[in-house]
Amino acid sequence: MTTTAPTRSDATGRRSATRRPIVPGRVLPVVATFALFVLLFGVGSVRYEGFASGQVFANLFIDNAFLIVLAVGMTFVILTGGIDLSVGAVVALSTMVAATALKAGLPAPLVILLVLAIGTGLGVLMGLVIHHFEIQPFIVTLAGMFLARGLCFVIGVESISIKDPFFRALATGTIELPGGVVITWSVVIALAIVAAAVWVLHRTRFGRTVYAIGGSESSATLMGLAVGRVKVAAYGISGLCASIAGLLFSVYMLSGYGLHAVGMELDAIASVVIGGTLLSGGVGYVLGSLLGVLVLGVIQTLISFQGTLSSWWTKIAIGTLLLLFIVMQRLFMRRTS
Amino acid sequence: MTDTSSTTVAEPDGPGGAADPVVAMRAITMEFPGVRALQDVDFRLFPGEVHALMGENGAGKSTLIKVLTGVYTSTSGTTELRGERIAFSGPGEAQASGVSTVYQEVNLCPNLSVAENILLGREPRRFGSIDMGATRARAAELLGRMGLTIDPGSILAEHPIAIQQLVAIARAVAVDAQVLILDEPTSSLDQDEVAELFRIMRHLRDEGVAILFVSHFLEQVYEIADRMTVLRNGRLVGEYLTTDLTRLQLVSAMIGRELGALAEVERLADAAADDVDGTPVLEATGLGRRGSIAPFDLRIAAGEVVGLAGLLGSGRTELARLLFGADRADSGEVRVDGRALSLRTPRSAIAAGIAFCSEDRKGEGILADLSIRDNLVLAMQAARGWARPIPRRTKDELVETWVTALDIRPSNPDALVGTLSGGNQQKVLLARWLVTQPRLLILDEPTRGIDIGAKAQIQKLVAQLAAEGMAVVYISAELEEVARLSHRVVVLKDRTKVAELDGSASVDDIMRLIASAEGADPTDPSGPDGPSDPTRRSPSSTHDDVVLTEQVAS
Repeated sequence: MTTTAPTRSDATGRRSATRRPIVPGRVLPVVATFALFVLLFGVGSVRYEGFASGQVFANLFIDNAFLIVLAVGMTFVILTGGIDLSVGAVVALSTMVAATALKAGLPAPLVILLVLAIGTGLGVLMGLVIHHFEIQPFIVTLAGMFLARGLCFVIGVESISIKDPFFRALATGTIELPGGVVITWSVVIALAIVAAAVWVLHRTRFGRTVYAIGGSESSATLMGLAVGRVKVAAYGISGLCASIAGLLFSVYMLSGYGLHAVGMELDAIASVVIGGTLLSGGVGYVLGSLLGVLVLGVIQTLISFQGTLSSWWTKIAIGTLLLLFIVMQRLFMRRTS
Repeated sequence: MTDTSSTTVAEPDGPGGAADPVVAMRAITMEFPGVRALQDVDFRLFPGEVHALMGENGAGKSTLIKVLTGVYTSTSGTTELRGERIAFSGPGEAQASGVSTVYQEVNLCPNLSVAENILLGREPRRFGSIDMGATRARAAELLGRMGLTIDPGSILAEHPIAIQQLVAIARAVAVDAQVLILDEPTSSLDQDEVAELFRIMRHLRDEGVAILFVSHFLEQVYEIADRMTVLRNGRLVGEYLTTDLTRLQLVSAMIGRELGALAEVERLADAAADDVDGTPVLEATGLGRRGSIAPFDLRIAAGEVVGLAGLLGSGRTELARLLFGADRADSGEVRVDGRALSLRTPRSAIAAGIAFCSEDRKGEGILADLSIRDNLVLAMQAARGWARPIPRRTKDELVETWVTALDIRPSNPDALVGTLSGGNQQKVLLARWLVTQPRLLILDEPTRGIDIGAKAQIQKLVAQLAAEGMAVVYISAELEEVARLSHRVVVLKDRTKVAELDGSASVDDIMRLIASAEGADPTDPSGPDGPSDPTRRSPSSTHDDVVLTEQVAS
């Protein structure tokens, strides 16, 4: 002991002396995602006429509003170190419940509340199972996914169109921004949710506990934080976001169908990861997830402008990017450790 | 160290003046399935004292602390805080009542800022929003009170473990704790850092905080503690004033037997030294790996203990990993029993009769969720191949033999290894390899973080094994151990073998060699302790990781 002490003291002393806070380190992945988005958008603008317009940019939000909301909820869950595979199916269930209830003549506000309650309830339920039985979130939410998807087909196997005036108004109603750019109410809702999530995650004890759990769940428990409640709530928020996304998707498609949003949970996870959030939890930003969705959107737009490529190339591009970002994160973590 | 002028004795009627204990635990009994961890233990803690809780591994120190902080609910007995009966539901509630704990492993969130780690859960708020500025200011104030000048906005993981430990203490006292429990806070700190910690502890004590201190380092206990309570095998041995108890009395109170074991080790080691015969079990020539350890020659004969001495990051562990095939050598060759062998994986090393106990007991050693039995037969099963399961009867016999031989406690083979104390985990690990009857046993820091009694037992065992003809490579940061046990000592410095001494070498000889100016300039920043973040461990075996592993695992 006595013999090793001198060097160790040396070592730590020198380390703290020469250490500079790596401030940009934490936001580096987000910056990288932003740069990638700018690059992709730039490439599109150079190669295709009409790409570099405000409307093309606004369309990224319009066509992906539901995915943005989904990614926000997913960010909460992934930050705690978990995962939620059920959200795509919950979106489908939400469209199905909404379409059926509206068809049955229930008033729109009531339908919206019903859908939100179902989504949140399912999320909370999964959270409770995950926390109290200490089961892997992967398995629990996988079960939730099958349950939600199955329920869609219990309600009906056919696609049900939505004719409710309120939903129709939301779908067709637009807001004109300066410069002639048009957005939908869905975009406003999605961005409001992003803003709310940023506030909750960074400026509330609840949000900081989410990060703490992701950093070290056992430490968070020993620090006396309400780990159980926050974890369950994170899945509740994911469920809530999934049902909001489901409503936005209903508005977007104007129909309810059990085969809607197949695999959308994976798009959401991909967006969150491309946005720089670590799958192990504790590190990441909602804004990164938003950028992740935009990157996915811009790839889709590029492929549609290109015209001859099959839309499945989007999947290949996303797969490649995902792999790239995961490897990048790993290298980054190695460097900082 | 017997000088007590700097300490205030806080007896009930002593100069501390506090007549009532802040914590009074009476007749605490704690039973786990198959194990009685505590039996009728009384414990008192007074305001304004540093009280050491002493005992071997498995004596029940941690259990007592966990009962106090509400992690466990005692089977029987009462706990009073400031005269009121309490039974906390968990650390959160304990903390709210002014009982804070700092654990051996830093239990903070590495991904958050220093300020947040100190104030998480009680950040200052304004209009429902956390006021980050005020959070940082409050954290800076708390750190300042402890004499620390680190940026509260920096991320915790960027700081060395020692600083993280102090941040954990800052968090503990931020709640105006009246009772501060420090569970082995010094095991990863060096001398200066320990001095810093003690300064802070004295400061808090003088403010009237009651501090419960657990440490394996006797000198530290004598330096800081006013009183001590000694536990043995889950029972109370006694409560003493530090000044009333000599070290020898303390040690025999802790282990309940005379310290003859160490003398026996030396006798055994000396006896074995005489019958070292010439056949090398293992002979390495020019073995090396770039960036890990410079090429070295090494000969180990049957019945010989070769000690590896050197500072942290000198290449001790790297050398051992090469011999075991855990890292692949890029130069040189290895002969086992005179036959050239390529040790490319641990599998081939095991087949050649080489066993390796890693210094990272938790990460690379035990399987915490398996029973003693399963852990014990693991290496043997691996050697037999999965297709030939070991019959239950053989297993039971093996387990019984080794549990008895190594005095593993609890002796119940179904106990989960994760619930055992560090010393007993180490014994299970040793037994795992011993059942495979290896020719060469490589032990990397087998005695770190375990108590004196178990240390002596393990050293004795090593000497016995060598006497029976096993070749042993023994790595330890404690040069006394290396000098005591080894027939030859290989001295490493800056990833190079610098000398080989015979068994008569003293600790001073070894230290002189390590300290000599030869080799790299110790202040060279590209040297062993180059600038790198020491707080995260990665499985690769670069230089810094060695330093880290030692800090984290101890």
